[in-house]
Amino acid sequence: MTTRTLKPPRVTDTTLRDGSHAMRHQFTREQVRAIVAALDEAGVPVIEVTHGDGLGGSSIQYGFSGTSELELIEEAAKTAKRAKIAALLLPGIGTRKELAAAIERGIKVVRIATQCTEADISEQHFGMAKEMGLETVGFLMMAHMRPPEFLAEQAAMMESYGADCVYIVDSAGAMLPDDVRRRVAALKERLSIQVGFHAHNNLGLAIGNTLAAIEEGADQVDGCLRGLGAGAGNAATELIAAVLDKLGINPGLDVFKLMDAAEYIVAPIMPYQPIPDRDAITIGYAGVYSTFLLHARHIAAEFGLDPREILVELGRRQAVAGQEDWILDVALDIVRAKRGAEGTGDAREPAAAERGAD
Amino acid sequence: MYKLLRNPGHMELAMFAGIDPQSEGIARAKKLGIPTSHEGIKAILEDPEIKIVFDATSAKAHVRHAKLLREAGKIAIDLTPAARGPYVVPPVNLGAHLDKDNVNLITCGGQATIPLVYAVSRVVPVRYAEIVSTVASKSAGPGTRQNIDEFTFTTAHGLEAIGRAEQGKAIIILNPAEPPIIMRNTVYVIPATEEFDQAAVVASVDQMVAEVQQYVPGYRLKDAPVFDRRRTPWGERTVVAMLLEVEGAGDFLPPYSGNLDIMTAAAWRVGELFAQHLLGIRQEVAA
Repeated sequence: MTTRTLKPPRVTDTTLRDGSHAMRHQFTREQVRAIVAALDEAGVPVIEVTHGDGLGGSSIQYGFSGTSELELIEEAAKTAKRAKIAALLLPGIGTRKELAAAIERGIKVVRIATQCTEADISEQHFGMAKEMGLETVGFLMMAHMRPPEFLAEQAAMMESYGADCVYIVDSAGAMLPDDVRRRVAALKERLSIQVGFHAHNNLGLAIGNTLAAIEEGADQVDGCLRGLGAGAGNAATELIAAVLDKLGINPGLDVFKLMDAAEYIVAPIMPYQPIPDRDAITIGYAGVYSTFLLHARHIAAEFGLDPREILVELGRRQAVAGQEDWILDVALDIVRAKRGAEGTGDAREPAAAERGAD
Repeated sequence: MYKLLRNPGHMELAMFAGIDPQSEGIARAKKLGIPTSHEGIKAILEDPEIKIVFDATSAKAHVRHAKLLREAGKIAIDLTPAARGPYVVPPVNLGAHLDKDNVNLITCGGQATIPLVYAVSRVVPVRYAEIVSTVASKSAGPGTRQNIDEFTFTTAHGLEAIGRAEQGKAIIILNPAEPPIIMRNTVYVIPATEEFDQAAVVASVDQMVAEVQQYVPGYRLKDAPVFDRRRTPWGERTVVAMLLEVEGAGDFLPPYSGNLDIMTAAAWRVGELFAQHLLGIRQEVAA
């Protein structure tokens, strides 16, 4: 526990980006308008709107968007009176082409995310964003996989490319509070820019970890209304607001308005309430990407497997952000291994025949 | 270089040029008795005996090289994403551009996945093809890292131009796992119609895999194509999913670097065909 005086962090709401996973990327213009208006009214300064896997994420691999993210960004930018609209970009999935289109539709902030070992693929994108006058945030995803000093090195690269802030991103919801503290502290120590933290609730620690990050001096944190996000969801924005208010460091958020937005706007449209249930806990426990949740359930159901078998094996293989295609791969391997154990020989042909039949 | 030394075919390795006199590549070439230059393309341009040049520099450098090589009357086989010349994927259109002085090998992900998209599109028209290339962090060099957007653009164009998909999309993921993973590619194809013969698709894909294996022995499908139902912009549709693994031959680079191996193997094959063409030898190849 540090003794430094806490200061109010900037809160970015990512209901309309991380929540896109739980919504299977089917947010509509009307929903975006209602959510952005409520967040804006409640004093949230930055609102992220993008396909869950970032610009250009609409795909077979991650799920197609029901409404184009550019239309949703445009709607958000038109609706917000005070808040800045942000977009997420994962180099390798989205490119500068999609970034340019998003800038045209009104984003003022871009958050550029890489696997926490691969910061050097983001140089082009930071360069372009700065050139276009955007505020830039670096996202080191799956940050539980590497130690604090290593992450500080990667963050320093993003700083050198032009990041205004770098986030420790607990994409797998696998960190314990002490893991968060050490990582945030390492970045605070190393960087001269801001440091942020993005939580997932797979081990039930999203709000606690967010608090730990703030205590270590995190300048920015993320939330989603009602925790609507991948895996067991994120730290709930309304909960962050209430906690910050009790701590005496409310950065200007209207706690009751956020609660109302969560209760009356987001809750009614959510397909389910993300919670640390069996499969989500497994994600945190095995340390795999939170967005694997629904994809693993889909594939597990088709092959008659337990999603946990697939998730644990993905963790063992050190799958990283964006590797949804490995879910099918692992499922086929498990089926083959089981058939082999039963002495039914090569799984290839029977698997193909069964798959072809449905 | 190692592929050419192992199997020169109708070629002779006349020079290895770089820009860094201290580079490991130049040191190795020297040790093997190959003439080297560290003055970049200059020495190559000055040698009239050199007919075919493999350019593995960068997209930016190749734009300049392409012009110089053309003026010097040499054939350029471009391993960068510069794409000054037409795309070539050996089992699909190897013989189509023998009259050109510059051909482009797209990207490693393109060389790995376009043959499979083409294998489907020769059975049923393809509305959409999407590929995900997963490469070990250790085998992605600074060129790929600094130009990751070019990988996705160029690969997507290749899926359309050579794979014959109406629309193509490419995703690349770098995976830092230790020990490093073998190059993996997932190919998703949405046929333009639901009425197609799945068995014919499987047979066409099997045949294509065998053709690629002729020059990339470590090229294999992990499973038979999977036919899955997915929600798409064109309604709920059948998606053909193919999981591909490319293990390198280990000539020089470690076996996990299948991404680099498939590029150099394709380059060798294209170079050999140009060499035979220059020598007046006829061969039956895909055009």
